[in-house]
Amino acid sequence: MNEATPSPSRHWKILFAAWLFVSAASLGSLFFSEVMELPPCSLCWVQRVFMFPLAIILLIGLFPFDGSVVKYALPLSLGGLAVAFYHTLLQVGLIPETAAPCRQGVSCTEAQFELFGFFSIPMLSLIVFSIVSTLLMALKRSSSR
Amino acid sequence: MKTQHIALLGGGLLVLVFVIATSLYNDQREVEMGEAASRPSSPLERDYAQSLGPADAKVVLVEFFDPACETCRVFYGHVKTLLAENPDKVRLVLRYAPFHHGADQMALMLEAARKQGKYWEALEVMYQTQPQWASHHRPQPEKVWAFLAAGGVNVDTLRRDMKNPDLMAIVNQDIADAKTLGVSKTPQFFVNGKPLMSFGYRQLKAMLDAEVAAQY
Repeated sequence: MNEATPSPSRHWKILFAAWLFVSAASLGSLFFSEVMELPPCSLCWVQRVFMFPLAIILLIGLFPFDGSVVKYALPLSLGGLAVAFYHTLLQVGLIPETAAPCRQGVSCTEAQFELFGFFSIPMLSLIVFSIVSTLLMALKRSSSR
Repeated sequence: MKTQHIALLGGGLLVLVFVIATSLYNDQREVEMGEAASRPSSPLERDYAQSLGPADAKVVLVEFFDPACETCRVFYGHVKTLLAENPDKVRLVLRYAPFHHGADQMALMLEAARKQGKYWEALEVMYQTQPQWASHHRPQPEKVWAFLAAGGVNVDTLRRDMKNPDLMAIVNQDIADAKTLGVSKTPQFFVNGKPLMSFGYRQLKAMLDAEVAAQY
């Protein structure tokens, strides 16, 4: 039993790292919308739908450690990755704006915020979903061995 | 280290960073809004703006409002109470920040009513009937006309005056000033140039009372 050993197992650490990334990103997203009052566009909302539950189910998977959490978490993470990828392409202009599904309300293509003058919010989302998907896939591979 | 402790530490740190960042951000915003409002050529007050109270009052309460905003409606009663509590000491200046889609028409309507000397009557009618013409955040000007007519406003003249470019210029200037000052929500209050950051009736009353006590 992994959780019985005094020092946390490698698997636990991987899952914990994934949870930290997701939680930091979720809080960051809430900071943008609730503190900075930047209204989330519709594609941002779809990414939140994938992001927020991850922060909860990964935590449940940590105590006690349950590797099968990957089965539920990975589809969420990959779904978020796909939307974030699309959103990023849209924002940097690789997909023409006319193809954007959101024309009313908040624009999905206009960058409201740029970290260090470069990283837009969808890019940050893409980075986090990439890291978390990678960690979860690593966990899946090493536990199936 | 036990896993529970590691997770508590990690989660706690994240929350701590969030709380500190929020506090820093809000402080920064307050400073910026205050600076924009206290510059010599401040766009906070305009000579044309509708005001209530003595011209020589030492405390000026500026309210950026949206006629279609529910909270502004509620606060209108509160503001009247505050003015009544401080007679001859506080002047209220009303500025438009019509953030609801189509609410700039209501602001124009108020300016047109003002030409008839019916500004406050029109404002009260608008607030009283707001649930009927502004439901689901979609203001419907045509519904307001009927209510205003019942309130003693000449609607034919009003509708003609609403096309007056001078009145449109007033509303547009207010919208531009709201943007310059960083007003993003309504109602946004400024007490002698200081923005009310922590929103609420008690906070507004405390800020106003403190300023009255300092000035008189």
